[in-house]
Amino acid sequence: MDAVNTTTNTTSSSAMTDPLEFYGTQVASRLLLGTAQYPSPAILTEAIRASGTEIVTVSLRRESGAAKSGEKLAGQSFWSLIRDLGVKVLPNTAGCKTVKEAVTTAEMARELFGTPWVKLEVIGEDDTLQPDVFGLVEAARILSRDGFQVFPYTTEDLVVAEKLVSAGCEVLMPWGAPIGSGRGLNNPYGLRSMRAHFPGIPLVVDAGVGVPSHAAAAMELGYDAVLLNTAVAKAGDPARMARAFARALEAGREAFLADPIDARDMAAPSTPVMGRAVLG
Amino acid sequence: MKIVVNGEAAETRSASLTDLLTELGFADAIVATAVNGAMVRAARRGETPITEGDRIEILAPMQGG
Repeated sequence: MDAVNTTTNTTSSSAMTDPLEFYGTQVASRLLLGTAQYPSPAILTEAIRASGTEIVTVSLRRESGAAKSGEKLAGQSFWSLIRDLGVKVLPNTAGCKTVKEAVTTAEMARELFGTPWVKLEVIGEDDTLQPDVFGLVEAARILSRDGFQVFPYTTEDLVVAEKLVSAGCEVLMPWGAPIGSGRGLNNPYGLRSMRAHFPGIPLVVDAGVGVPSHAAAAMELGYDAVLLNTAVAKAGDPARMARAFARALEAGREAFLADPIDARDMAAPSTPVMGRAVLG
Repeated sequence: MKIVVNGEAAETRSASLTDLLTELGFADAIVATAVNGAMVRAARRGETPITEGDRIEILAPMQGG
């Protein structure tokens, strides 16, 4: 029991001394969790609680036809579940392929969810779900001017990132790998460059994360947070996997703050060489 | 008159978007609306007429990644 309490205290004090801010809003958890593809609403609820996340992503979709009497419409029932959990929502523009679609979806989301936050996706390619970075920058500019706080789903391209920042983005969310692929960090070098290039901007690895070690690796690179969905939702035990991700993020962040050693090519003995007995 | 609601052909007598939402059972639902690709804010639904051939989108909060 003491060990549990000690762990909890360490976690909360580290969160308090190492806060993360998105557009002036402080959060303690470095995990942003998607709400799609869970086996049931109950399992979604369990996973959100187990993850400790404070921010979940949501979308806007066509409301289903009239429900049977006494039953709630699908969207209404989902929304009351999320509100009861007391987490912040980050609406996305998933599936939008044009600037107009993304901007209109963002406007509708702002009215519906009552938040200026938007996870901006403008998809340019169906097989990889790669962002259309040209449309993304244009939509980010329009939305930022209109008072939105844009979280752009982008690539690790530094020039695009510069343009997003010029457009008003105060957060950047490069992909680790294609959405839902679970491949992890495809381009650690590119992600490291991005971290070095934008030391003052919150950076979130969004998409492609498959297992907790991928999330820990992102944190060890100095990333501020990780956004994931499929890796938890499609796991055999989503709540357990959510907890595993929370621990990996915490471990990776602590490791980054502890200043890891550099890798080297040759061995270096860790036990002192001096004082070794001559026995042979 | 014939309109399209959420991608499906529909027949309505509703004069305004507010009336249409009521007719479809969405009167108390939390939804966002668009007519012919342009968003219509909740406050403007009463004064937004429905006309023949309109394409109406009625969107709700849903799961997302």
